[in-house]
Amino acid sequence: MSIPASLPALASRPAAPSRHRILNAIWLPLAVLAAATVLAPLLSLAWSALQGSPGLWLHLAEHVLPRALSNTLALLLGVGIIVILLGTGAAWLVTAYDFPGRRILGWALLLPLAVPTYIIAFSYLDILHPLGPVPSALRWLLGIDSPRGLRLPDVRSLGGCILVLGFVLYPYVYLTTRVMFQSQAASLLEAARTLGAGRTEVFWRVALPLARPAIAIGASLALLEALNDIGASEFLGVQTLTVSVYTTWITRSDLPGAAQIALSMLALVLALILVERQGRKRQRYSLTQRPRPLQPLRLRGGRALLALILGWIPVVVGFLAPAAYLVEATAKRLHLVGGVSAQLLASLQNTVVLALTATLVTVLAGLVVAWAVRSARHRRQARLGAACARAASLGYAVPGTVLAIGLLTPLAVVDDVIGHVLSALFDIPPQLWLMGSMSALVLVYLLRFLAITVGGIEAGLARIPVSLDFAARSLGENSAGMLRRIHLPLLRPALAGAALLVFVDAMKELPATLLLRPMNFDTLATWLYAEAARGTYEEGAVAALAIVLAGLLPVVLLARAGQPTSARSSP
Amino acid sequence: MTHSQRPLMRTTCLLAATGAMLFGSQAFAVGEVSLYTTREPGLIQPLLDDFNQQTGIKVNTVFVKDGLAERVKAEGDKSPADVLMTVDIGNLLDLVEQGVTQPVKSQVLESAIPANLRSDKGDWYALSLRDRVLYVDKDQKITEFTYEELADPKWKGKVCIRSGQHPYNTALIAAMIAHDGAEATEQWLRGVKANLARKATGGDREVARDILGGICDIGIANAYYVGRMKNSPEGSDARQWGDAINVVRPTFKQSGGTHVNVTGAAVARHAPNANNALKLLEYLVSDQAQSLYAKANYEYPVKAGVELDPVVASFGTLTADSLSLPEIARYRKQASELVDKVGFND
Repeated sequence: MSIPASLPALASRPAAPSRHRILNAIWLPLAVLAAATVLAPLLSLAWSALQGSPGLWLHLAEHVLPRALSNTLALLLGVGIIVILLGTGAAWLVTAYDFPGRRILGWALLLPLAVPTYIIAFSYLDILHPLGPVPSALRWLLGIDSPRGLRLPDVRSLGGCILVLGFVLYPYVYLTTRVMFQSQAASLLEAARTLGAGRTEVFWRVALPLARPAIAIGASLALLEALNDIGASEFLGVQTLTVSVYTTWITRSDLPGAAQIALSMLALVLALILVERQGRKRQRYSLTQRPRPLQPLRLRGGRALLALILGWIPVVVGFLAPAAYLVEATAKRLHLVGGVSAQLLASLQNTVVLALTATLVTVLAGLVVAWAVRSARHRRQARLGAACARAASLGYAVPGTVLAIGLLTPLAVVDDVIGHVLSALFDIPPQLWLMGSMSALVLVYLLRFLAITVGGIEAGLARIPVSLDFAARSLGENSAGMLRRIHLPLLRPALAGAALLVFVDAMKELPATLLLRPMNFDTLATWLYAEAARGTYEEGAVAALAIVLAGLLPVVLLARAGQPTSARSSP
Repeated sequence: MTHSQRPLMRTTCLLAATGAMLFGSQAFAVGEVSLYTTREPGLIQPLLDDFNQQTGIKVNTVFVKDGLAERVKAEGDKSPADVLMTVDIGNLLDLVEQGVTQPVKSQVLESAIPANLRSDKGDWYALSLRDRVLYVDKDQKITEFTYEELADPKWKGKVCIRSGQHPYNTALIAAMIAHDGAEATEQWLRGVKANLARKATGGDREVARDILGGICDIGIANAYYVGRMKNSPEGSDARQWGDAINVVRPTFKQSGGTHVNVTGAAVARHAPNANNALKLLEYLVSDQAQSLYAKANYEYPVKAGVELDPVVASFGTLTADSLSLPEIARYRKQASELVDKVGFND
């Protein structure tokens, strides 16, 4: 769509003044509502935290927190280094250099996004177990008979957990950074080259500083995922803060204690967000010309081979090896038992419907919040808008289980209100409208993943020059019309990217789904979990493979959406 | 219609279509009973199907791994839950303590379940027993063992066990506190920690797998997993793990009994189908259901005289520890704090 052509049409369109005012003023209240919805379970948690006894807090402070905190910080540091190195390195490799298979590698690097951390942890424990394929092959090579003859480092350790999480979370950085390298930097990079800088120098002195905000956004998403991960860390025996929240609540039936730890985790989250803000600071540039891809340097011979090998390492470790293992395990299972249960298909359908609905709702809410921030930019409410956006993003950092527990009380209150209204108006007997129906799940996904859409859409909006807003305003368009006719079409790539990320995340979500789902209802993730709980998790390989496969399609779409249009259409 | 409008239309249609699916809980007819369980329902599905065949009552299930009490509490008097089922005595007593259960009296239940495996008031009933045993590498010659011996330095680097915070382990540690006192138990935990061959993590079956993988020689886990593993199809991984170990039932020095936990159930406080709930409980202690527990799940029946699975029978007679279940549950929090204190899971 070409913008100049549509602008004259705006001027000729008369708008009723009252509607005009409502459509201009509605955004901020809606954003406040979204922020309040995210804050409700957190406040309910804070209330729980206040009920705790001081003796308990002493125990936590003395025996639990120091260890959990140092484990968590070490985990975040390690994962942070790995995701930044892998993500930025891979993004630069596929943008600045050309070698055989570069295009395939470009989207293959996103594949680990389709694998939930708990599945990759399961898989690597199997692959690297003394009885698994890798140690068995090593023993065969070295001529050792018994598993006792060769002890490799155990993946059940902090180091193992860092590696596993790093290799599965790096695509967050890769995704954001590659877009930056491809679209924004091209002209500047080429300017640097014409001034005589070599490729390496361009990377360090121009590309990297330019990509800093993108790296900050991607890394903070990855770190938030690592922070609230429960599957991999618990399974690999790393006592993080999240795992401590969990054990405090479960084994000691101590919700106040769990809430206290969860809230102290929020401090970490706020620190992460601050770092991300800092990383993005002073970096406001708008896209005023069509994005032009960087002309990649053609590599040949040994150097091309090296690039190819380096580029594929993250894909193999983060996706291909565990996926191949799951395929093998599934084949074995089908061979032994001869079929998959019909329940798996029902779970697949539930998963897709649920994830689609949650995606839709989350994208709409994210759009509202991001638009409110932009609309309030130069007004007195600017701070309020920004605060809403930050508050709305908090849910991403809270472990799913904790968020779900916090949500129980607000849900009960809303259910009570709905029940009263409906029974007064229509004589419908009171029942649980939200709790015990899919809407509770959609709500908890919205709270968890709103950060992704708010962040993505805000970043997308930042690239649309404000002069367009002024032009539209001066031609008499209201806020909603402006969003619909100008920004939405321009935002399409950002919207698609955010939607696909939410979809993939919603499909993988486990802990909150377990707690809040209705009766006789399973998603692929809960089905897999049930198999694991039954102590037959090799049978869960089928469900795990289904999750990975169902996650592949959106990831491939994401890879396509991530490529700027001109990059695809240019010769 | 411009290009930008079309996605909005599509959005609206999608919203309308999914809206119908989203709202409104399930309707509950008279011939139903709703089971909230922390136990994976697949394991008891044969029992539920059989119950449905016999009575015509349909069983709805939701598998709530954690947060069962919180959820039922929040649902309040509109909760559709009829029967609440857990796999650990502590969790079961928590439900009673949090006030989400109601006492029920039944001649059938009382005559089937021994008095020490149910509450006097009928607040909760145990349905099956789970003994926590020693898995031993089959090349090791051990016939007798005490839980206390796990801390013996001769097992340094040879012991496998799951997370110390798992309810199965906190119950065992709680029983140790009840027998030997908190101080001795702390020493014991430090000793066991020093003997661990790997991090205290994973599940019970991994003890068998890690024994076969040469990581450890002995480990603590529940007995029924062995029934499952040794009865797995020939050539499957689980069968190989199961075949790599023998089972020894350890005892406490003090009592000479083996530590036992239970699966159990209670009727929900606001059960809309309380009668059907009682029927389900009574069915679960019938000879038929108890024998299904024993043969399909390899758990120990609560009812005397029910035939065991041959693998489980091969472990010998079970002499359960003399401690009462509420007594064990009382020390559970202290046990969990000791686990933190000695850094057992690190």
